[in-house]
Amino acid sequence: MSKKLYSVFGLLIVAALLLAACGGAPAPSGDSSPAAGDTAAPSTGGDDAAPAPAAQTAAQGETLAAVVARGHLICGANNQVPGFGYVDADGNFSGVDVDYCRALAAAIFGDANAVEFRPVTAAERFTALQSGEIDILSRNTTWTLTRDTELGGNFTATTFYDGQGIMAPSAAGFTSLADLAGGSVCVQTGTTTEMNLADAFAAAGISYSPVVFEDADSTFAAYSEGRCDAVTTDKSGLVSRRSVLADPSAHVILDVTLSKEPLGPMVRHGDDQWYDIAQWVVFALIAAEEYGITSANVDQVRATNTDPQINRLLGNEGELGAKLGLDNDWAYNVIALAGNYGEIYDRNLGPDTPTHIPRGLNNLYTNGGILFAPPFN
Amino acid sequence: MASKQHQKTAIPFWRDERTLQLLGQAAFAAVVLFFAYILIQNMVNGLQRQGTTLGLTFLRGTAGFDIAEFSIEYSRSSTYLQAFLVGLLNTLQVSAIGILLSTILGVILGVARLSANVLVRGLAAAYLELMRNLSLLVFLIFWYLAVFLKLPRVAEAVIWPGQIHLTNRGVGLPWGLPTETFETYKLILLAGLVAAAIVAIVLYSIGKRTGKPPLTVLWTLLTFLAVAVVGWFALPAAPLTLDFPSVQGLNMAGGKVVTPEFMALLSGLVLYTAAFIGEVVRAGLQAVSKGQVEAARAIGLTGFQTLRLVVFPQAMRVIVPPLTSQYLNLTKNSSLAIAVGYPDMFYVSNTILNQSGRAVEMIALVMLTYLTFSLVTSAFMNWYNQRTQLVER
Repeated sequence: MSKKLYSVFGLLIVAALLLAACGGAPAPSGDSSPAAGDTAAPSTGGDDAAPAPAAQTAAQGETLAAVVARGHLICGANNQVPGFGYVDADGNFSGVDVDYCRALAAAIFGDANAVEFRPVTAAERFTALQSGEIDILSRNTTWTLTRDTELGGNFTATTFYDGQGIMAPSAAGFTSLADLAGGSVCVQTGTTTEMNLADAFAAAGISYSPVVFEDADSTFAAYSEGRCDAVTTDKSGLVSRRSVLADPSAHVILDVTLSKEPLGPMVRHGDDQWYDIAQWVVFALIAAEEYGITSANVDQVRATNTDPQINRLLGNEGELGAKLGLDNDWAYNVIALAGNYGEIYDRNLGPDTPTHIPRGLNNLYTNGGILFAPPFN
Repeated sequence: MASKQHQKTAIPFWRDERTLQLLGQAAFAAVVLFFAYILIQNMVNGLQRQGTTLGLTFLRGTAGFDIAEFSIEYSRSSTYLQAFLVGLLNTLQVSAIGILLSTILGVILGVARLSANVLVRGLAAAYLELMRNLSLLVFLIFWYLAVFLKLPRVAEAVIWPGQIHLTNRGVGLPWGLPTETFETYKLILLAGLVAAAIVAIVLYSIGKRTGKPPLTVLWTLLTFLAVAVVGWFALPAAPLTLDFPSVQGLNMAGGKVVTPEFMALLSGLVLYTAAFIGEVVRAGLQAVSKGQVEAARAIGLTGFQTLRLVVFPQAMRVIVPPLTSQYLNLTKNSSLAIAVGYPDMFYVSNTILNQSGRAVEMIALVMLTYLTFSLVTSAFMNWYNQRTQLVER
C-alpha cells in the first residue's frame, strides 16, 4: 500500500514541478539577441492581454507648443551604449541618438544645447514616451510593427540600420562570409541570432561550425581565447563588447549584415506636426550629406549656392520651415550646429572612434547604402 | 469470556486504528490530488489565454539552428525532433564514457586511499577532499576556459607523434576511415562474436562438469580476435584506412577531432564523480571484516589476489547501491554542459524551447528523459546488486 502511495506522490511531485517550471516561463516571442538587449523588444509574448497602459495620444501641435513654452526639448536617451547613447566621465551625453536630439533642438530653438537628456531603460522607454515624460524617444530602438501600433508610438525614420554582424580578429583578414568557410563561429543561444547565423551560412552554401553559449560573457570569453574564428551578435552589441576586449584594435566588425534591426527616433501617436518635424530633421541630416553641406561649409554654401533644392533646404528660397511650424532656417541651424548625417556618424561611430562601425547600409544611396531623403520641395 | 472478546473486536470503525490510518492516507492523497488539479487547471487556462494547446506535433517543425556536434545526420533544415535526438545521443555519449572512466578512476582512488604507502594514501586523500568540496560548475568552467581553451591556436598546433594535434579547437586524433569493404567486415565481426559466444558456453560447461575451469575469458577473447584479424586480411582491401588530422584552412580536417567542449565536460564530470566513487569504494572495502583479509593472507593469497578474490566480491554489496546514485548524479550533472557550450540534451532542448515557445512540452520531455535514464540505470544496477548480494542460507 505505502509503496504504491509513494509512487503516486512521486508522480504528483513531478507533475507539480513541471507546472511550476512552466508557470514562470512565458513563451518568448522572437526576441532579438540579449547582447544588444536594448534593441530587443521587451517580450510582449502572448499572455499579456494588456501589455502597455492605454496609449495616450497627443493633440495636433500640442507637443511643439509645449516644447517651445518650456524652452527646451526633453529627449529620452540611452546612457549605456557607447556610440549610440552614452554618458562619458564628465557627465556629457554622446552618441548618434543623442546627437539627433541635439539636431532636433537646433531645428526648433537654433540652439543645439536646448535639450535635456533623460536616461530611460529599455523597459520604461515606451511608458515614458506615452505619458509625455519625454518629447521624443531616441534610444537605439528597433522599428517593429507592434511598437508602431500597439505601443502608441510612431517611428519617424531610420537613423541607423543595425543588424546582426560578425566580428573577427583583424589579423585574419576576413572580409566576407565566404572567408569563414570551414571555420567556427561563437554565438549565443536561444535568440534569433543563432537562427540568422544558420540561415546566412545556409543561404551562402558555406559550411561552418557553430560554438554556442548560454550568455554573452561566455560567448565573448571563448571568442577572445581563439576558440572561434568569429563571433556574432547585433553590430551595436559587437561594438560595445569589442571596446572591453583585451585589445579592441585587434578585432574588426565585418561589413556583413545577417538580420534587420532598423533603429530610429519615436514620437507619440496623434501629433502629426511633431511627427513631421522629427522625421524631416532626419531627412535634413541625410540630404545635407548628400549635397555635401557640412557644419564647416554651410555658411559658404548658403551664400554662394545656386541649386534650388539646396536653397529651399537652407531657407534661402520658399517657406519650408513654416510648413513645419519652424523658422525658415531650421535646416541651416541643424547643419551648422549638429553637422550632417555623415559628420554625426563619424563623430560617434567613425574610424577614429573606439566604437567604429563601417557604414555599410548607413551610407547614402549614392555610396552603396540605403539612406535616401525625400525631396525638399 | 467469549462475549468480552466479541466486544473487543466490535470497536466502531471510527475508532479502529487501521481504518483511521487508511482514512488519513486517503485524505492526504485527496489534498495532493486537489492541488495537482488546481495546478494543471491553471496551466491549461494560461495556455488557452495564450491561444496554444499542449501537443508534441511542433516537434515536426524545422529546427532552423545548427548544432556543432552530432552523431546522426543533422542540418538546420532537420526537425526539432531530430535536434532533440542529437542532444539525447550527445548526453548518452558523455554519460556512458563518463561512467566508465569515473568508475576506473574511482576504484583506483578508493584502493589508494587505503594503501599502506603513506604518499599514495596522502595524495588520494588530498584529491578526494579537494574534489568533493568543489562546485562542479566552477570546476567545469575551469577546465574549459583555463585548460582546454589555453591550448595553442590552430595555426600553432602542437603535434605529438602519430599526428595527434593539440589545439584549442580540439584534439585531432588519427581515426579509421571506412572503405567499401567495411560493411562486409561488420558481418565478419558479428560472426566472430557468435563464435566467441559458442566457445565461452562450451568452456563454461566443461568447467562446470570437471570442476577445473579452463581460462574461459582468455580463450573467448582470443577466438574473437582471431576471427577479426583473419577477416581483416582475408578481405580484398582493408576495411578501414587510417586518417590523420591536419590543419586545413581555419580548422583541422581529417581524423577525429574531439572538441574542447566535450573534453572539458568529460574531464570535469569524471574527475569530480571519481572522487565520490572513491569514497564509496573505500567505505565498501572497509566494511569487509578484517578477519577475511587475515584469513586470505593465511592461506597464502597475495595482496592483489586478496583484494580481487576475497575483499572486492564482499565489498560490492556495500558499494553497488551508493555507486548507482553516483552514476545517476553523473548523468544528471551532464546537463551542466550548457555552461561550456557542449550541445547535450538539455542545451538543445533549451534552444528548441526558445525557438518554438513550447516551454511546457520541452521541459516535460527533458524531465521524462532524465527520469527514464535514471530508472533504466537503477534497474540495471539493482539487477547487478541482487547478483552480488549475500545469499542467505
